[in-house]
Amino acid sequence: MSETEIDEETGIDTTGHEWDGIKELNNPLPRWWLWCFYLTIIWGIGYTIAYPAWPLLSSATTGVLGYSTRAEVAAEIAEYEARNAELRTALANADLTTLPENPDLNRFAVAGGAAVFRSHCSQCHGSGAAGAKGYPNLLDDDWLWGGDIDTIAYTINHGIRNETDPDAHWSQMPAFGEILERGEIDQTVAFVQKLSGQEHDATLAEAGAVIFEEQCSACHGEAGLGDREQGAPNLTDAIWLYGGDADALHETITYSRFGVMPAWGQRLSPSDVNAVAAYVHQLGGGE
Amino acid sequence: MAFLKKHQVLERSPTLLLVFSFLVVTVGGIVEIAPLFYLENTIEEVEGVRPYSPLELTGRDIYVREGCYVCHSQMIRPMRDEVERYGHYSLAAESMYDHPHQWGSKRTGPDLARVGGRYSDAWHVDHMNDPQSVVPESIMPKYAFLGRTPINGEYVADLLATHRIVGVPYTDEMIEQARADFLVQADPDGDWDALLERYPGAVVSNFDGQPGVTEMDALIAYLQMLGTLVDFSTFTPDASR
Repeated sequence: MSETEIDEETGIDTTGHEWDGIKELNNPLPRWWLWCFYLTIIWGIGYTIAYPAWPLLSSATTGVLGYSTRAEVAAEIAEYEARNAELRTALANADLTTLPENPDLNRFAVAGGAAVFRSHCSQCHGSGAAGAKGYPNLLDDDWLWGGDIDTIAYTINHGIRNETDPDAHWSQMPAFGEILERGEIDQTVAFVQKLSGQEHDATLAEAGAVIFEEQCSACHGEAGLGDREQGAPNLTDAIWLYGGDADALHETITYSRFGVMPAWGQRLSPSDVNAVAAYVHQLGGGE
Repeated sequence: MAFLKKHQVLERSPTLLLVFSFLVVTVGGIVEIAPLFYLENTIEEVEGVRPYSPLELTGRDIYVREGCYVCHSQMIRPMRDEVERYGHYSLAAESMYDHPHQWGSKRTGPDLARVGGRYSDAWHVDHMNDPQSVVPESIMPKYAFLGRTPINGEYVADLLATHRIVGVPYTDEMIEQARADFLVQADPDGDWDALLERYPGAVVSNFDGQPGVTEMDALIAYLQMLGTLVDFSTFTPDASR
């Protein structure tokens, strides 16, 4: 350590540090920098006065602006809802079957329904509503529980085979692996292939017809056309939820299927349910 | 200024500088952290929140082990877009039994704070086995091995006891019955009344659709209860908090 001295060349104080004869000039901080620094201190004090900040005994200072994240988001949601209040109330109480006669409301419903569909329904039914294995395609005119707009709204509201809504659509296909012999299942598979116009073993199918009559026709109908009351699919067309080849049919008959849909009435508002029903109904398959 | 000259004493002695900067940081830390433990408006009491059931807690361990928090947050922020998409914003009390919490800070996938009940068990199985089979645009890796990894809950009582040490109010009865509760939650045909009494709102189901308990069962049991414990139709959080 040495004492500070004035540098001859520049006339500025040195810091007094010296290493092997090299000394350091004690240049002051740039004035603009210093002022910015003081400004941040003043800003900081102002900020803690304006916004919630200092912890006291039982709560923190609330700030003179009265800011609250929760109040802000509540106000924002309320404002948004107020903006659409008229349309939302109208939609929540609308007679869905006559919705297209009211073009403004219909447009609001379909556009809003598309948004609801993308955030809540697309994970199972696909972002384009074409479904996936085990999750029905909503674009076609094949409906398990009914395709008119009121039934679609009911299905969305209460869901299918869930434990949370007592009004959910409910049915349960037995696991025929515990009821039929292996050979009998082969025969039934052959008959279902025949029903749907696929290549099949004619002798097996003939025996399968008897089993189908006894075991399957109560739900799927004698002609295999299905029953919407029970969500039993039509077996005569080429549309298969879990696959229609022999292996998939074998699996379905042996272990049965149990597709579950949550009850969205418990999560979405009535107008959102109606909106997404209107959206799904106009996709192409609505009845 | 003589006052500033005194500061030079600190600046010129590394040891003193270290000691005094530590003191400053300590004061700052105490002011920021300590009040959170006693201020009434940071400890919100919420009805319905309960400790995790043994199967859910095991699933939570798998969630942590697989690093799900790296891509999924569990924290719905109080913003309109998030509330619209995910549901009611998260409350601190909803993760009061999380050690450590799974709030996360990165959303490559969606927030999971209220994923419970949103999809069927079968969807979760399909989605874990092959995420792209249900969500083609997803980049999530496959977790099919979870369904092939049986677990028997051998150490689940110890797991509960460990959580009790860090403050989760598991009773002696809960710890004694941990193994039985663990097994019965994945067995809808079992006698699960006592489980529901100990852990109200627990979902009993054969989550993975196959006999026995696997890691898939545990993880889905955990996912299906996330964010379902508080009934927001009866509980309105205090807006001034």
